[in-house]
Amino acid sequence: MAVPSPKTESLRSPQALPPRARTGSFARHETVTFYLLIAPWLLGLLLLVLGPMLASLGISFTKWDLLSPARFIGLDNYERLFTRDPLFWQSLKVTAVYTIFYVPIELAGALLLAMLMNQKIRGVSVFRTIYYLPSVLPAVAFIVVWIWVLHPDVGLINTLLSYIGVEGPRWLANPDWALPALLMMSLWGLGRGMVIYLASLQGIPKHLYEAAAIDGANGWQCFRKITLPLLTPTIFFNLVLSIISTFQTFTSAFVATNGGPLDSTLFYVLYLYRQAFQYFNMGYASALAWVLFVIILVLTLIIVRTSDRWVYYEGERR
Amino acid sequence: MTPPSPWQSQSIRQRTGRALGVIAALAVAVLFLLPLFWMVTSSLKPDYQVLESPPRWLPHPIVWSNYPEALTYVPFGRYALNTLFIAVLVILGHVLSCTLVAYGFARFRAPGKGFLFLVLLATMMLPYPVTMVPLYIVFSRIGWVNSFWPLIVPAFLGNPFYIFLLRQFFLTLPPDLEDAARVDGASTLQTIWHVILPASRPAMATVAIFSFQAVWNDFLPPLIYLHDQTKYTISLGLSFFRSTYDVKWGYLMAASLVTMLPVVLLFFFAQRLFIQGITLTGMKEG
Repeated sequence: MAVPSPKTESLRSPQALPPRARTGSFARHETVTFYLLIAPWLLGLLLLVLGPMLASLGISFTKWDLLSPARFIGLDNYERLFTRDPLFWQSLKVTAVYTIFYVPIELAGALLLAMLMNQKIRGVSVFRTIYYLPSVLPAVAFIVVWIWVLHPDVGLINTLLSYIGVEGPRWLANPDWALPALLMMSLWGLGRGMVIYLASLQGIPKHLYEAAAIDGANGWQCFRKITLPLLTPTIFFNLVLSIISTFQTFTSAFVATNGGPLDSTLFYVLYLYRQAFQYFNMGYASALAWVLFVIILVLTLIIVRTSDRWVYYEGERR
Repeated sequence: MTPPSPWQSQSIRQRTGRALGVIAALAVAVLFLLPLFWMVTSSLKPDYQVLESPPRWLPHPIVWSNYPEALTYVPFGRYALNTLFIAVLVILGHVLSCTLVAYGFARFRAPGKGFLFLVLLATMMLPYPVTMVPLYIVFSRIGWVNSFWPLIVPAFLGNPFYIFLLRQFFLTLPPDLEDAARVDGASTLQTIWHVILPASRPAMATVAIFSFQAVWNDFLPPLIYLHDQTKYTISLGLSFFRSTYDVKWGYLMAASLVTMLPVVLLFFFAQRLFIQGITLTGMKEG
């Protein structure tokens, strides 16, 4: 890849360019200008993305604590990871279980909220604002509030449960309840998905529903035959982003539980963080990072591959 | 048969459906607001009432002192200033770099462009943890650990989400004005400055808002790079506060509320831009 240096002089040269004409020298000039304009990003791509990714792969074959020189150990890190590290499997399990539960619940919840907000309800914009508000809150403040809401003795949730005679669990302090508690907490951020679904709901032409109503379709049939198919591109897009970000869950685990109790919320990236920045096992952490990358890549590719079976694109024949 | 008036045409079923909708919307709204309510009331309770069981819903008497005490207990002003400093430079970096790159992608034809655009989209999906370790090593070798630079400098090298957002916006602008400017002898940079920027204020504002919000909310990178307490960002400070003074819940809630405030205000003033940005890119912070 030829990367022109990001000099700006030639950009400033006041050459009068004929609009939309494409002679040979003009095309070359256009190419040069294009690469000069995108040079910052290309530089970033090399220095912040491709370079580090390759470096990370290289480091994953070494043992390196940053104090003594890196020592090449071949595939030892990967071997240790897969065969001798129960915490790796635990962190993978925690992350996978959380993703399996969170992603569908989030999808369905956000879609339901969006459909509710797509009704003609008085004050709908106020409701929308209320639902969306938690999603913009700073993650740490969001989590700190929830630690308090989940307080076993005087928290909001257990107080409400006590009104109906239920003694709530000790949530974040209980290995069985800590992960469900984090899941419940994350659902407070449902508004983000809602906004995205709402935008595409509002893009569905009204006449489709009118035609269906004339044909005597009921609400469920309209949803099943019109709304859902036309939403599949958005669902697809959200599904991919949701899985990618759920696999990177870090802040809630770090702030709310620090992986505990009994490693019941030891998320993958939290374990990676510990290996890298608490134990300074840079080689091992890089191996963890690459395994994560491959997992996410494979999951994304699976969804993309299956997408032509269930994602409907308008203007495309099925 | 005369067509029924719109009012009559609403069957009882439709109206009950609508009423149920309102009830559901209200119920969900209460659920979404309760945690915030719980935070606010706890922050206004005197110390001895915070851990009272069963808890009271409204503080009595209302105590404001948690706020000044929490904010001086740890140097929150300092944290806020640090975060603002980073945010201003990051916004500048993103607006500058992403405008240039997005304009390139929106308006110029060049070999390799389609492929590079795909690469750009692919990098949106790249998990930060994958590059985290080598980046840390590089930044530590050049002595930038425990400084703001690792958090600021990458902003000047673009961000795929904002580039995509701006490119989509630039594509909606009619090219006539730019052509006219070019005929008048304006260079590409002059065209961007005099024609594109003035026409793109909402898009620029969206990028600025998202950048601000991202810096304000950011956690993992500051956690890795900032070790000195005087250099903490607001989110880092709050997390530190939480892990150190676990029992001072009144303080913690006051501090959380103050941390939320700038973002909430920004959200209320620029809700439309927020929503446009999020629907365009589906981006998620943190």
